[in-house]
Amino acid sequence: MSLLDFFRPSPSKRNASVAKERLQIIVAHQRGNNRVDYLPLLQRELLEVISKYVKVDKNQVKVALERDGDCSVLELNITLPEAVLKEAEAAQG
Amino acid sequence: MNKQAQVIVVTSGKGGVGKTTSSAALSTGLALRKHKTVVIDFDVGLRNLDLIMGCERRVVYDFINVINKEATLNQTLIKDKRVEDLFILPASQTRDKDALTKEGVCTIIDELKERFDYIVCDSPAGIESGALMAMYYADHAVIVTNPEVSSVRDSDRILGILASRSRRAELGLDPIKEHLLLTRYSPERVKRGEMLSVKDVEDILSIPLLGVIPESKAVLRASNEGTPVILDERSDAGKAYKDAVARFLGEQIPHRFMQSKNILERLFGAEA
Ligand SMILES: Nc1ncnc2c1ncn2[C@@H]1O[C@H](COP(=O)(O)OP(=O)(O)OP(=O)(O)O)[C@@H](O)[C@H]1O
Ligand SMILES: [Mg+2]
Repeated sequence: MSLLDFFRPSPSKRNASVAKERLQIIVAHQRGNNRVDYLPLLQRELLEVISKYVKVDKNQVKVALERDGDCSVLELNITLPEAVLKEAEAAQG
Repeated sequence: MNKQAQVIVVTSGKGGVGKTTSSAALSTGLALRKHKTVVIDFDVGLRNLDLIMGCERRVVYDFINVINKEATLNQTLIKDKRVEDLFILPASQTRDKDALTKEGVCTIIDELKERFDYIVCDSPAGIESGALMAMYYADHAVIVTNPEVSSVRDSDRILGILASRSRRAELGLDPIKEHLLLTRYSPERVKRGEMLSVKDVEDILSIPLLGVIPESKAVLRASNEGTPVILDERSDAGKAYKDAVARFLGEQIPHRFMQSKNILERLFGAEA
């Protein structure tokens, strides 16, 4: 056994982690097919958190999920009212 | 006692992962804790729970007979001889799964809710009507999973189905409470990197961990004798199921049997 082998994970060590990686991809896919129904709830909860700090109305928070091959992008779009922006600028000096 | 009866489905998607073993252990454990408990075999056509519970020679009527009003619940329920407060409702061996109707199951569950604290439903494998019936009325789902790719994938599928096709999902009620029960776990093999670890499976399924049941010779021994393994108090599997029951009842108990044994434990510890 060379010194290099010592630092390299053993073949079986890699084995379980290969399983985990494969599963993560499969599961993301499966959920993409039947578990996107959390989006409305996500939108509502985000709104609750944001409105703790700034006044925004319901239509100013948009949540979208885009799927592209193996990869999904969750897009959040929050439009802050003018007043908030001015306040932030003032605070920054 | 009967605050609000709770329906627990023990399910997995994949076959042979330990649903019946777990249903028998958990229901016995709940009854040992003085909760009136009934365990129902939903595996119509392939009944096995009666064997694991050791009451196969006492089966006269079955679930389908009750649905078809050929027998009453009282005539059909089998009272466990070892544990007070524990009853078994066997499946039919001769009919097929279509004999289970939503209305029929609903009537029986409602009747059982009057008399029991916990109703444990041992689901058949798969995602066909039998499995759907077993989960439909559930308040809790125990997802039995082995640390192995196909089992974990199927568990995830089942979680999706619970979230969309159960009664709670259809009526927009609070979702079914999900509990992960990882069974046939070998800490030694995990240590060698050959088997998914508890953390791997938790990361993927992201549901709360109810318990880890080690791979154990005691399980086969118990099934040979027709005794739920939880009654084998010296076995690791029995202890692990006891812990799981306690956690289900809200106790905070550290997880055991997740580490490989050291040499002293191997020499002097109880047999797995
Ligand atoms: N912790 C364990 N250690 C060792 N063997 C186990 C363990 N759990 C279950 N088994 C064995 O696995 C086999 C399948 O168990 P069981 O019948 O409980 O699975 P199941 O999920 O109900 O199967 P099915 O899908 O056919 O209904 C049995 O032979 C049982 O003895
Ligand atoms: Mg079974």
